[in-house]
Amino acid sequence: MADATPLDLAARAVALAQTQGAEQCDAIAFAHTEATVSVRLGEIEKLIEAGSSSLGLRVIDGGRTAVCSTSDFAPATFEQFVADTVELARISAPDEHAGLPERELLATAGAEALRLYDERIDNLSTEEKIVMARDCEAAALAHDPRITNSEGASVSTRVGELALANSEGFAAGYPATSVSLMTEVLADDADGKKRNAYWFSSERSLRGLMEPATLGRIAAQRAVDQLGARKVETKRVPVIFEPMMAAQLVGDVARCATGGALYRGATFLAGKVGQQIGSTGVTLVDDPTEPGRAGSRPFDGEGVASARHTLFEKGRFEGFLFDCYTARRADARTTGSAQRGVASLPEPGAANLVLAPGPTPAEEIVAGTSEGLLVTALMGFGFNPTTGDYSRGVAGFWIENGAIAYPVAEANISGNVAEMLAQVDAVGSDLTWFGATAAPTVRIAEMTVSGT
Amino acid sequence: MPDRSLQAQRLFSDRYGIDPARVSSLLSLALARGGDFAELFFEHRTNGSISLEDQRIKSAARSVEQGVGIRVVKGDSIGYAYTESLDAEAMARAAETASRIGTEDERPTAINTTPRAATGSYYGEEALLSDEPPAAKVALLERADRAARAYDPSITRVDASVADETKTVLVARSDGQIVGDVQPLMRMNVMVLSEKGESRQTARTGGGGRLGLEYFERVTPEDTARDAARQALLLQDAVDAPAGEVPVVLAAGDSGILLHEAIGHGLEADFNRKGTSNYSDRVGEPVASELVTVIDDATIEESRGSINVDDEGNPTKRNVLIEGGVLRGYLQDEISARHFGVEPSGSGRRQSFKHPIMPRMTNTLMLPGPSTPDEVVASVERGIYCVAFSGGQVNISNGDFTFSTTEAYLIENGKITSPLRTTNLIGNGPDALSKVSMVANDYALSDGRWTCGKEGQSVPVGVGLPTILVSAMTVGGTQLG
Repeated sequence: MADATPLDLAARAVALAQTQGAEQCDAIAFAHTEATVSVRLGEIEKLIEAGSSSLGLRVIDGGRTAVCSTSDFAPATFEQFVADTVELARISAPDEHAGLPERELLATAGAEALRLYDERIDNLSTEEKIVMARDCEAAALAHDPRITNSEGASVSTRVGELALANSEGFAAGYPATSVSLMTEVLADDADGKKRNAYWFSSERSLRGLMEPATLGRIAAQRAVDQLGARKVETKRVPVIFEPMMAAQLVGDVARCATGGALYRGATFLAGKVGQQIGSTGVTLVDDPTEPGRAGSRPFDGEGVASARHTLFEKGRFEGFLFDCYTARRADARTTGSAQRGVASLPEPGAANLVLAPGPTPAEEIVAGTSEGLLVTALMGFGFNPTTGDYSRGVAGFWIENGAIAYPVAEANISGNVAEMLAQVDAVGSDLTWFGATAAPTVRIAEMTVSGT
Repeated sequence: MPDRSLQAQRLFSDRYGIDPARVSSLLSLALARGGDFAELFFEHRTNGSISLEDQRIKSAARSVEQGVGIRVVKGDSIGYAYTESLDAEAMARAAETASRIGTEDERPTAINTTPRAATGSYYGEEALLSDEPPAAKVALLERADRAARAYDPSITRVDASVADETKTVLVARSDGQIVGDVQPLMRMNVMVLSEKGESRQTARTGGGGRLGLEYFERVTPEDTARDAARQALLLQDAVDAPAGEVPVVLAAGDSGILLHEAIGHGLEADFNRKGTSNYSDRVGEPVASELVTVIDDATIEESRGSINVDDEGNPTKRNVLIEGGVLRGYLQDEISARHFGVEPSGSGRRQSFKHPIMPRMTNTLMLPGPSTPDEVVASVERGIYCVAFSGGQVNISNGDFTFSTTEAYLIENGKITSPLRTTNLIGNGPDALSKVSMVANDYALSDGRWTCGKEGQSVPVGVGLPTILVSAMTVGGTQLG
């Protein structure tokens, strides 16, 4: 089966499992080629190229579940793999919530309208990628004489196909591409410290990718802007998250708004559906149907048709994202939010997360802040999803009298995510996409900033 | 247990026909366009897990992956390709792809190979967990579930899982060496939910290492489960942490995460070869308090971070990184060792055959000092005492690092008092290590729960620390003054 497509493989796994007596099953299969070119200080540092394919099979038999994955598709091995998966399901206990989606929920539309595949990425040569990476890094190095070193620039492409088949008769696949460009450069600070910064662009089509020299200059400017960074005094002030940081914050919130976190009791949003959690500035939507985005897809990891879901409407918590299992546990319907790799069970999660922009230009948010912190980097794992307690390392800029006064390092911000959402008092008009998440500048009225 | 190197060679030869002749011809193809050296990294990996939720077995999982990664090195540049298919044609194609980093006219290079035996043996010698019957693992999970529920009536939910991995690797190098290893790895995880009225708290614990079922004779499922329940209950009574700079006492064991972030990553030689680390060009200089001696030791018996041989085929060892506060050297892979003109330190690691090599940590630890743990705590008038963590992160270039606590307490007048809510701490590597003002005599190693991420690649690691005092660090609580 060397030349079999992912759709062939998934369909074959399902057919074999049914022959082996599996009551219900589904299989997800991927095939892709990836290529990465990285250059550092103008010289080629890495050329990576490879192809890969893998398949995951889930068997649900009398409510008993097993999931297995393989990348060995030789006929005899493959048959044994399917038989082993069916056998493995016997270890589990029956669970009345386990099961495939109801037939009427399965997707019927194709992927064409979603613009997930760009032939130009497929055709991009190694030489062209080298030129892009060199242009990007060269622009960063030339941007300012204080830029003294580089971690390099890289261009990666991925061209692949995903397919899903199940024992209810669903079988569909689609091709998809992605391209990403990133660079990181360093400036030397007076105290012997180095100030580094990166920037990246990641898109489904080459047309959407940021121009390499522009990206390089952004990274360089961000490194230079951090020169002279210092600690600040501990105090409570307004905290502004620039779009990339706001995107990280809403990502944390969305992980708490899933059926998985709900049935495990591990979310501060449990029991809060319909309640006003955030300020009216907070409208958060998950939309897998927006064309051309990193998280866009015609169906989820169980074949359920994709749909747009509002998590927060003007601060009101509208509901959780579910896959089939977690929906049944909550006596709800799947929202088509199953995420799935080959080696594990589906788990619900956001596909394309968008925090709706507000009316205020970002500069006006800063100008309207008499004293505060603008956050441009977040570090660490200090977030407790069960309670919402939030404590992270940050770098950024101190704001005095509505203007940026100096760069800040080695500070912490802390609060509680529910309170932070309630205290969102300004939302920028500068909606920016970062991979599968988009957010504008956001200001939180008050948080504890820890320093000296 | 027979020699693990020979065992690995036999697996790849029996199943895939990979013998010294095949290896020689692939290496010759990889170097056909020139280059300093080449290597083939064959991998066969099985992963299994069983999970329990709500007092029943929720699911069982198993995956198998195999393939070869082929690397050609020329100066500081690499050509890399991998394939999951171990048939002759696919491997030849990958070798040819990797060879394109070379620029010379094609010319075959003859390579003579010498398979060799293992040089170290740091794993448990009893049966692999993956070979145990499922019923044995189910019983462990049920024991954990019962113990957590019995600990306190507020424990309303227990999730437990046991996972095993058997990774067989074979490294064939263009200098002729062929060496392999069979690397076992197991881990148990427990998460509990404690509900008291409206207040819900969760806690996770886990442990394991490079051994089999015998792990549970040392740390029983009941131990792990009760520890999770204890942590969840502590959080029920937790108070806000202080905000600002205070003295920080780090308990022995998992607190070694401080070293991993504050200095370990900064001493990986790739960053130093490129001059992008805040420890670049500082070998021989003081970079920490005189009380600080830091070791990276891949040879600790059965520890999660230990390996018999690194992923470039070099023997692993105990590397002294900092001695009495003075920087002694970096963690070297082949490329960096050649760059610096030193021996590789056995620190070349990768997540899988799909990933290129980087210098990485194994088990990173600080040697014990003269104080007792009680003296360390008693010396602090107002500060915090940290025991368990959810993770850490570092910016290699400026040295700023953070770690986040899951179990921490206030210290008031030399005594450990109230438990604290989830809190992040931030510091700067050289600054924090210069402020290590007391080191106790109670060294402990983490119990098999840490995974280190670097440039998108994950590898299992260990950390270790005696109880120490850092005289000031910025604590990200909300309690001012």
